[in-house]
Amino acid sequence: MALLEVRNLTKSFGGLVAVNDVSFQLNEGEILGMIGPNGAGKTTVFNLITGIFPPDKGEIRFNGRSLIGLRPHQITELGIARTFQTIRLFPNLTVMENVMAGLHCRTKAGLWASILQTKAQKEEEKFIREKALEYIHFMGLGGLEFELAKNLPYGLQKRLEIARALATNPRLLMLDEPAAGLNEQETSELMELIAKLRDKGITIFLIEHDMKVVMGISERIIVLDNGYKIAEGTPEEIQRNPRVIEAYLGKEE
Amino acid sequence: MGAILTRIKSLDRRLLYMALLAVILFFPLVVRNDYWISTMVLFGIWAILGLSLNIIVGYAGLFQLGHAAFWAVGAYTTAILSIYLKVPILVCLPISALVAAFFAIIISRPILHLRGDYLCIVTIGFGEIVRLFLYNDPFKITGGVNGLRGIARPSIFGLEINTPTAYYYYVLFFVIITILVMQRLENSRLGRAWNYVREDETAAEAMGIDTVKVKLLAFALGAAWAGIAGNIYASRYTVIAPETFSFWNSVIMFCIVVLGGSGSIPGVFVGTLGMIMLPEILRSVLSSILEWRLLIFGIAMVVMMIFRPEGLWPHSRYRLELRREETSS
Amino acid sequence: MNIILQQLLNGITIGSFYALIALGYTMVYGVLKLINFAHGDLFMTGSYLGLTIISILIGAGLGGEALLWALAGIFILVMAIVAGLGVGIERVAYRPLRRAGRLAPVVSALGVSIALQNAVMLIYGPRYRVYPKGVIPAIYWQVGGLQISFLQVFVLVLSLILMATLYYFIHYTRLGTAVRATALDHDVARLMGIDVDAIVRIIFIIGPALGAAGGIMVGLYYGRINFTLGWGYGLKAFTAAILGGIGNIPGAMVGGMLLGLFETLAAGFIPQGGAWKEAIVFLILILILVIRPTGLLGERVAEKL
Repeated sequence: MALLEVRNLTKSFGGLVAVNDVSFQLNEGEILGMIGPNGAGKTTVFNLITGIFPPDKGEIRFNGRSLIGLRPHQITELGIARTFQTIRLFPNLTVMENVMAGLHCRTKAGLWASILQTKAQKEEEKFIREKALEYIHFMGLGGLEFELAKNLPYGLQKRLEIARALATNPRLLMLDEPAAGLNEQETSELMELIAKLRDKGITIFLIEHDMKVVMGISERIIVLDNGYKIAEGTPEEIQRNPRVIEAYLGKEE
Repeated sequence: MGAILTRIKSLDRRLLYMALLAVILFFPLVVRNDYWISTMVLFGIWAILGLSLNIIVGYAGLFQLGHAAFWAVGAYTTAILSIYLKVPILVCLPISALVAAFFAIIISRPILHLRGDYLCIVTIGFGEIVRLFLYNDPFKITGGVNGLRGIARPSIFGLEINTPTAYYYYVLFFVIITILVMQRLENSRLGRAWNYVREDETAAEAMGIDTVKVKLLAFALGAAWAGIAGNIYASRYTVIAPETFSFWNSVIMFCIVVLGGSGSIPGVFVGTLGMIMLPEILRSVLSSILEWRLLIFGIAMVVMMIFRPEGLWPHSRYRLELRREETSS
Repeated sequence: MNIILQQLLNGITIGSFYALIALGYTMVYGVLKLINFAHGDLFMTGSYLGLTIISILIGAGLGGEALLWALAGIFILVMAIVAGLGVGIERVAYRPLRRAGRLAPVVSALGVSIALQNAVMLIYGPRYRVYPKGVIPAIYWQVGGLQISFLQVFVLVLSLILMATLYYFIHYTRLGTAVRATALDHDVARLMGIDVDAIVRIIFIIGPALGAAGGIMVGLYYGRINFTLGWGYGLKAFTAAILGGIGNIPGAMVGGMLLGLFETLAAGFIPQGGAWKEAIVFLILILILVIRPTGLLGERVAEKL
């Protein structure tokens, strides 16, 4: 059984059909890339899977379980985490606090435990801090724990967003244009990171425009254009696919 | 002014706190003036109100301009239980808190998804509906425009609290408890969740935080604490009337939090000082100052937003920013 | 039947006051996405200024027909002053905060509202002030069992003229189109060569001016005014704007009329209706925002992710 199954996914906004009858599968442990010209509906697919709005038609199953009708935080609890195309960190909070956000759904101290500071709560707080530091160091942000997120340079902000998503301990990590705005050095570091994450057992689904990245690390790629899925296959197959070339470069007259 | 505050804060912290503690503890014994002691009791009640609203506005970042309604629910619950059913005040206390919290959950649930300025209008609406309900008294229990009188005083082990000095220490006890609870909440999983919802609700939800539950808890807790303040207020003055729980007072509470320093406990005290104490102090100096009070406050609100929107004593994480700005300039 | 028609007439009259004020809210919100809490108080200031000027003229011996004709000038003068006040407020209290997040503009607007109310109170005193009687001659007509006063006709005609002028301006002039463009997207409008700051100034001239006109009319119609007037009318007018769809100009007009009709009919036919008037209006507002926030005619404003 595939980890993520998407069938006949359709979503319209007003008169515009953003996603049109899209179906694909994601297998556990693989890296799936999603490409397509701007406005093809890629982020909308992400938003549908993560529950930001419901689809008009179609099915989304994670680990056999339907995600339709669930709220985003429930979907995250099930093991799907994401980053955003335009970074959505908590700007006025520290790096540490940002990463600790990811640990919220994996811990459980409630109102009373917090007020009374029970032994269990204190241990959980210790656990949260230690875990957060682990993720911070893993993403190479050590030493910056108490910097405000908004003061970090762009490249580090992108890393912070990934650190925060990792803190939710996901089985599936969805990255929306992780290489946008990164220079060459940062981009190859990103590719190493994604490989490392895959080796740790996390399944990766990424949207990218940077072809070097997508072709370089994806095992499979799906291509969207104007809401339709127009191709699916290995990077080599996609590069040779005439429909894909046409979608990006326009029809040859 | 920022430089002055920084210099004050850099003085030996512990010395400062101990001096403050001494002043607070011995105040009624040194200043044997009932008027000033009573004023400090009022200050304490408003500080608790400010701290309660701080949960909703400061921590969770929700615009709440009808907070007086929760204060009213607490006060009237206490009054009704005390006058009609002779329930002891200290027993009324947790009941008032629970009733206020319950009320908050019911009315806030349908409006939680509203955006900032709309939520603002709706909370003003709820505040006014509550006040009109108390004023029009459709079920004949709230005493209408004259309110309710004859509320009992609290008694602990048979000892009744009925002098200004006794009240001073009674309220001080609650203020200290409130500060402790707020501090613990700030540094807890729930407190952090409020921060995340305030900073970016969509991102928070995407990171696995149940934003609806978190916001409801903010309203419920803020209301519960306002209910406690209502209980204390009702038994202190033994008379309550709808005009106390007005939109104006909701605005004053809001200003205490925002102008003092959103989300910061010391900020609430600074805010209460400015909004409540200053006019009282000035009143003995300038008798007409009370008339000008609101005009000055209105102007102060505009000025503060333009020049120091984070408040007079912002939360420590912002003070790091300010210190950086001050040292670099 | 006559009673109902009479109430309907009263309802539209009141409704036109709400509509005039609602237009101010809706225009400012449409362009700046800001709820100008001070708008109701600008309306109130207009009514007080009208009172002052009329009293001065009467004191100078003006009366009867001459005063009636002078009304045109009085209206224009008061509208101009309040418009100036509106522009000034925008420049001082709102412009610096245009990119300052959600909280600061709201607090600032509240501050302006409080300051303005209390400034008027300090100048004119907290008690009700009475508008001079007989400025508008007390002429009544009987039309098929319905009693119509000259005052009502005056109010309705003037309101209609003002609203029609605004509608024409917004939909049939270049400047009006620029206003609509700015309401849709500041940055694109700027790229098209529109001076956004100037457009904002225009909004803050038109809105407060209309509100001021409404203020004078309220003074003439009801005979007495108070510095808290802005609060009640402002709330209802804002509800009317939301009802019609905030940012939607015809919507504000329709919403105002509807609200005026509803309020009059409810007060007339529900026992004890008067005491609960404000609570009912708030309830309507809350219900609309919860159930159908886009209002009757409004458009959906989606959040971009």
